[in-house]
Amino acid sequence: MLEIQDLSVEVGGREVLHDINISVMSGYTNVLFGPNGSGKSTLLMTIMGFSGYKVTKGRIIFNGEDITNKSVSERAQTGIGLMMQRPPNLVGVQLGNLVKIMSKGRVKAEDLAEDLNLTGFLTRDVNVGFSGGEIKRSELLQLAAQNPCFVMLDEPESGVDIVSIEKVGKKVHELIRGTSCAGKSGAVGKGALVITHTGQILDYVNADRGYVMCKGTVACTGNPRELLHEIRTKGYDECISCNIGKKTLVKVKEEGAN
Amino acid sequence: MAVDSEIKKKAELAKHKKAAYGQDIDLDKFGIGRKDIGETKDLRELKEEDQKTLLNVGVVPSDEGRSGSFVLMDNSVVHEKQLGTGVEVMSLQKALKVHDWLQEYNWKAVKADADKYTARTFIEEADGYFIHALPGQKVKLPVQTCLMLKSQDVAQTVHNIIIIEEGAELEVITGCSTSKHVDEALHLGISEFYLKKNAKLTFTMIHNWAENIGVRPRTVVEMDEGAVYINNYIALKPVKTIQAYPTANMNGPNGVCVFNTVAIAHPGSEMDLGSKVMMNAPGCKAEIVSRTITTGGKMIARGLMVGAAKDVKGHLECKGLILSNKGIQIAIPELDARVPEVEMTHEAAVGKIAQDQIEYLMSRGLTEEEAVGIIVKGFLDVGIRGLPPALKEEIDATLEKVDLARM
Ligand SMILES: Nc1ncnc2c1ncn2[C@@H]1O[C@H](COP(=O)(O)OP(=O)(O)O)[C@@H](O)[C@H]1O
Ligand SMILES: [Mg+2]
Repeated sequence: MLEIQDLSVEVGGREVLHDINISVMSGYTNVLFGPNGSGKSTLLMTIMGFSGYKVTKGRIIFNGEDITNKSVSERAQTGIGLMMQRPPNLVGVQLGNLVKIMSKGRVKAEDLAEDLNLTGFLTRDVNVGFSGGEIKRSELLQLAAQNPCFVMLDEPESGVDIVSIEKVGKKVHELIRGTSCAGKSGAVGKGALVITHTGQILDYVNADRGYVMCKGTVACTGNPRELLHEIRTKGYDECISCNIGKKTLVKVKEEGAN
Repeated sequence: MAVDSEIKKKAELAKHKKAAYGQDIDLDKFGIGRKDIGETKDLRELKEEDQKTLLNVGVVPSDEGRSGSFVLMDNSVVHEKQLGTGVEVMSLQKALKVHDWLQEYNWKAVKADADKYTARTFIEEADGYFIHALPGQKVKLPVQTCLMLKSQDVAQTVHNIIIIEEGAELEVITGCSTSKHVDEALHLGISEFYLKKNAKLTFTMIHNWAENIGVRPRTVVEMDEGAVYINNYIALKPVKTIQAYPTANMNGPNGVCVFNTVAIAHPGSEMDLGSKVMMNAPGCKAEIVSRTITTGGKMIARGLMVGAAKDVKGHLECKGLILSNKGIQIAIPELDARVPEVEMTHEAAVGKIAQDQIEYLMSRGLTEEEAVGIIVKGFLDVGIRGLPPALKEEIDATLEKVDLARM
């Protein structure tokens, strides 16, 4: 469904991503791990097509089509959706209105808001004065209204309180697992690429494959639960070293893919 | 009408006096506005296109839901109606005949010799509306007024007085517009508002002029103790040149004054819009908020707040968007504290729409044009949040039609 080939990306005049190769098949959910600043958000922003993320090398293929030079709108319309880590404030734009406009009135914002404990937020300006967890839930609400075929989530659980995490998890699950979606889905339905820091979201989604990013490259790939276990016990140092021993990388991949 | 000969002499001398701001307009090019347009008891008897013009500026032809209604076309009073109790609505020249006491408010807040525009309006003994909220009357329904340009190459001169007596409350909606067939013309409008102790006036003005119209309003608001004045100004249509700098003099303690401005400078338009608040008594509060856009014209947003008494508080905000390479945005916020115990702040920002906001909306499947439209609407919305819903809908509809395409 999504294929990233030898992708290098420059941000603010500096190369932040180097030679990234990642693929997500339709029907699959892949997760991205990696320490702060390793380039996870940069990768998702680049896939969405935000300006300021300059592709200097490589290609992004979505459902067989090269989208590397397509506009953000075109990518969204073809079925890619993103929950941003740090979305901008939209002063004067009420969340409920936005949902109405983007879904062309097809989606009941009230119902979605209730699902996500955001009832009072529909008349508030998008992201203005929202707490970290509120931003996540508002992003999820918008994404649910958009219902993209390829779902990208940037740390969906971070900042979400323990009361809301259940609701967020459930919504994420629905979003990734549903069958119908807007845009082009793959042969076996939707696909997803999820950044997680804590791994908490893995309790709610069936992750198929994990990648660990370090210093702008993919250091390891493998079974997401095993990778998470390793990160929890050994920290990220191990992953950086696994990049050096390419052999181990392949091994992990084989075991993980089962 | 008795006119102070001293003022008359001064006005004659000010006939060519240039204004402090705005491009100078040659008044000799514009004839005297017609005074012979016939009266209409029912605005629904007007031509359909005139009725539409009224509706576009928030003026209801049926007068329904209004406690008073007044329409001036060129210099002719065509409609004056008092529908509710607690408020008087009539033409100013008639009111000056009815009420002897009114003379002491006539040309007192605005000086006749302030500039050539006030001078001409004074010399022509211009008519306009007189709106008088009686003591303690909290008038529920708004009074509506419309000042319409009907003829080519004339200067409409208008003189309005609003008096809100002690403890009274009133809302006034004023629409100014140009009849379809008028190309070039001029509007000179003098407004003198007097708010007595604990009086409240919400004054909403919608300007819908046209490409070749010049506009020079002159407004001064005199406020007594505890008075509340809320001014909403909306100008979304093209105009040739408009320069206005309404001033509120807060003369009594604990008054509240708010100026909200929402305006768009289209290609060929020059808009010089300011608001001035003089906090002359302790405990006064003021807020000036302006949200302006240029789609190719020149926009100057001024704001001046003077703190001349202790414990006054004020905030001034000028925000401007540039949606075209040819547009110019100038923000000039000024704070002037004359005693130490004041708290005044200001915030000014001009620039284009942040790209990340546009792309954020695009990532939700909207086109770039849709994204820009939503952000611009939101930007302006902040300036008119307090408006009555019906009026807001009207403005939203107008905004819908404004071409916000970026260059
Ligand atoms: N707009 C930017 N300008 C300069 N550097 C940036 C910008 N955005 C991200 N970076 C840098 O790129 C690197 C990767 O950041 P990011 O993708 O946000 O990491 P992660 O999401 O993995 O924590 C970091 O070193 C970060 O400081
Ligand atoms: Mg990140």
